[in-house]
Parts: sequence; C-alpha cells; structure tokens
Amino acid sequence: MSARRIFARPARFAAIAPYVWMVLFFLVPFGFVAKISLSQTAIAQPPYLPVFELTQGLAAIKAAFAALSLDNFKLLVTDDLYVLSYLRSLVVAAVSTSILLLSGYPIAYGMARLPRRWQGVAMMLVIVPFWTSFLIRIYAWINILQHDGLLNKILLALHLISTPVVWLSTDSAMYLGIVYSYLPFMILPLYATLAKMDPALLEAASDLGSSPLRAFWLVTFPLSLPGVGAGVLLCFIPIVGEFVIPDLLAGSDSLMVGQTLWLEFFTNKDWPVASAAAVLLLALLLAPLLLYDRLQRHQLEGAR
Amino acid sequence: MVSATSKISRFNVASLALGLGFLYLPIVILVIYSFNASRLVTVWGGWSLVWYREFFHDEAMIEAAWMSFRVAASSATIATLLGTLAAVALSRGERFKGRTLFSGMLYAPLVMPEVITGLSLLLLFVALDAERGFWTVTIAHTTLTMCFVAVVVQSRLGSLDRSLEEAAMDLGCDPARAFVAVTLPLILPAIIAGWMLAFTLSLDDLVIASFTTGPGSATLPIRIYSEVRLGVKPEINAICTMVIGLIAVVIVVASFASKLSSAQGESAAPL
Repeated sequence: MSARRIFARPARFAAIAPYVWMVLFFLVPFGFVAKISLSQTAIAQPPYLPVFELTQGLAAIKAAFAALSLDNFKLLVTDDLYVLSYLRSLVVAAVSTSILLLSGYPIAYGMARLPRRWQGVAMMLVIVPFWTSFLIRIYAWINILQHDGLLNKILLALHLISTPVVWLSTDSAMYLGIVYSYLPFMILPLYATLAKMDPALLEAASDLGSSPLRAFWLVTFPLSLPGVGAGVLLCFIPIVGEFVIPDLLAGSDSLMVGQTLWLEFFTNKDWPVASAAAVLLLALLLAPLLLYDRLQRHQLEGAR
Repeated sequence: MVSATSKISRFNVASLALGLGFLYLPIVILVIYSFNASRLVTVWGGWSLVWYREFFHDEAMIEAAWMSFRVAASSATIATLLGTLAAVALSRGERFKGRTLFSGMLYAPLVMPEVITGLSLLLLFVALDAERGFWTVTIAHTTLTMCFVAVVVQSRLGSLDRSLEEAAMDLGCDPARAFVAVTLPLILPAIIAGWMLAFTLSLDDLVIASFTTGPGSATLPIRIYSEVRLGVKPEINAICTMVIGLIAVVIVVASFASKLSSAQGESAAPL
C-alpha cells in the first residue's frame, strides 16, 4: 500500500507534458472557434473582423470587443438551409446507429459464442478494416456502386433489373457507406461485454424453464447494455459530424452539417459562419459527449 | 466453459459469415481491379501492373505519399511518447488536480467529429501566425492520435499485476527504476501497438489534414480525395492497394506485439 503511494508521486509528473499539449492544442483552440464565431466575415487575411491586436492598446481591444455579435448564430437558427442540415445530421445519425446496432449485435453475439481460440481470430478480422483507411473503403464502394459497376452488372446478369439502377449520389448509398465504415465501432464494445458473460446464467434461465429467446431477452440483452451504450455513442457522435461519406456517396440536394461547415469554410471562405456552425454542433453533441466520457472513465478506471 | 447453451447455432455462424463478408468483399474487389489492364475500371482486360507503373511516374502523387509518410512517422512517435506518459499518469498517478479535465480532454477526441477538431486547430495556427504545412499537420495528428495511444496503453496498465511493481520497490528500487525495469517491458507491446495505430490513423486522415495543411503540401488522402471526386480511376485503385498492403504489414507487426502482450497477461483490444 505504501509502495503504491510512493509510485503515485512521480507518475503524477508524467501528466505535465501531455496535459500542457492537450490544453494548448485541444482546449485553447475552442476559445478561438468561439471568438471567431462572434466575428464578421471580411475580405482580408485572415478573413474575419475584428482582429484582436494586443499591441494597439486598451481602447482598440475594447472597440474590438464591442464589434463582436451574435449575428452568425441568428443566421444559423433562422436560415432553413442550416436548420435542415442540423436536422438531417441528427436523423441520419439516429437511423444509421439503429441499423448498426441491429446488424452489429448478431455479429458480436456470434463472435462471443465461438470457441475461445477462434474468438481472437474473429476479433482481429473485425479490427483490420478499422485500421484500413476510411477514404479507401468508401472509394471501394464507389467502384461497386457506379453506373457500370459490379452491382449493376450482377443484377443485370441475373435479370433482376432491366436497366442499370442509379446507386451513387443517393441516401441508400450513404447509409450503406456509413454502416460499412462504422460497423467495427459497434461490434467491438458489444463483443467485449458479451464475451465477459457467464454462460451459467443462461443455463440457469433454461433450467428454470425459459425458452432461448426469452432467456436472451431477459438475461443476455440487459447484461449487454453497457456495450450497447458504448457502441451507440461511439457511432452516433462522429456520424452527426461526418463529412467524407455523405460528400462522396450522397446526393448534393440536402447536406449534413459537416458538409455545410466544410462548404462555408473552403468554398465560401466564411470562417465566422463555419465557426458558429462548429459551436452549435458541439453544443448539440455535448450531452452524448459527457455520457461517453463517463462511460470511458468507468471502463478504464472503474476497477479502482 | 463448454455447455449445452453455449453451443454455437446456425444463426450465429450465418451472421458472422455475412458480417465478415460484408466487411471484406469491397476491399477484395478494389485490390483485384487494381491489376486490371483495361482503362475502363469496370471492364476486365486481363492482369497487368500498368497502373502501378503509372503511380511511380506521377510525381505529385509520390510527393503527397512521401509527405503523408513523414507526417505519420513523426506524429506517431510524438503521440506515443505523450500518450504513454498520459496513460501512466492516469493509471498510476492516483488523484491530482485537474485529473477529470485531463481524462476528459484525452477521451473526447476519440469521438469528436473531425470537422470540429480540424477547424479549431486551424484557427489556432492562424492566430499564432504559424506557417501551415508539415509541422501544423504533424501537431494536429499528434493531438488526435495520442488519445488513442493513451487508451491502448492505459487498458494494458489496468490489467497489469501491480504487486510486481510493489515487489521491485520493496526490494529497494526507487519508483522511476521500478517503472523502467518492471513496468515498461510489460507494457512495451501495447506501446508498439499504440504507435502502429497512431501511424495508420495519421496516414488515413483527410479532414483534419485538409484544414491544417497549407498550399503546396497536400497529403496522400487529400490527393486521393480530389481525384476520387472526379470519378473512379484505375491508378487510384493501385495506390489504395499499396496503402492497404502497407497497413497490412503494420497490422501483422502490431498483432505479433499484442500476442507477446497477451502471452504475458490479458490481451488489450486496440480500442
């Protein structure tokens, strides 16, 4: 016990370097986003006003403060384009997370039921795509889904369709891409809780006269809820802000908020509105982020 | 562990096979078509290496690949250093001031939408008047990937038997020495796996790099993305196949490392 306490002191010093790094490059930048979200667009370098110049004295800084306004936020909550993109993001994230849960659960369950030595192999097989580039995996789907791609060719050859179907630039293609990309994020936490479960519990349920389906619903599923929670958050939060997948696979008539932000920043060069969009997105995700933080803390530090 | 109820059912096998098939089929098709001789991506014209030759004559692409490689190697190295320190502080440091904020800052980037992280870092770099290019991307990737390293190493540290460290100290080692002599060798596989994960994440990233890089220093994903937007090109298939090959090598090394790690105790999933 005392040895443990002696160890704790130098270990605390280990926090200094990563702490300073994260404050400087993770926390402080949000301050800049908040500040610029209150500024106005300008044709200048950098493209926003006012710019705080600490060298110009107190009066100039006061004037700069007075020039800050909530106009960008007013624009975001009143303009249909932005409101719809926030709504669309939430709907897309909710729908894809539901599909992911429904398709990921049976896979994770199957993995947990494999003989021990095969479980490691199966886990490796699920992790490998997670390590492989997002962009490349989306590109692989473009290959398959394009007008004269493999999918249309197979369907034509089987006489299931008579003319090629447009798959690319549709919502179905986008959902397919999202489910494909995020599936490992759903499977792994589910598998982690399912593999830890004691099979004796299910035996007890069946000894007491439960049908397998009932036993699953009353015993397995409730016990796997921590994994369900982790998987859902791990998918839902990043999907709300997703840019690459809707940009490459969905049509351009309705945008997700990640795309709007990208468009404002790179195409319209409107940094203040892009920043305000980021602040709103963050506000929207704050509750699930805090929940995820609690879960992660519980999982990694719960033993103590 | 084996009992009547834990037997694997046909439904289990089917969902596993379907799931894994779904995950791998597109990648396999992509790799096969990279060896297609035909210019039309969808028509099979026999086996050929012509698109690989094309890549090696595409100077802009090679430059981007080299840039990505340098960024990935440097950011992964810094991230491994910082992430390991963070993991040690969190799992051995007991309570310290601002600990909740610290772990919050480390866990949030794991799920934070990349557009937010990218935009906020860019605004910082602009405010600091930093020249955008290699270093800004490297710093941005380090910030993201050190969190993944921290989680991987922390879960390994959590499963470690602490009586080993205590025994070393009871035998007269000071804490620093006990750490280097006992703990570090035990968590080394997790540290190596963490480096590999950081490397592949950096090699993969499009969004954060797009925000934080400057003119004339595009990374490989940025180049691939601008080509893909124009449509499917067989040369891109070849490049993607080479990236997949590189990542496969990295994974084999990492899984070898984690095998070593699990031989010494419970294995830690890289998430």
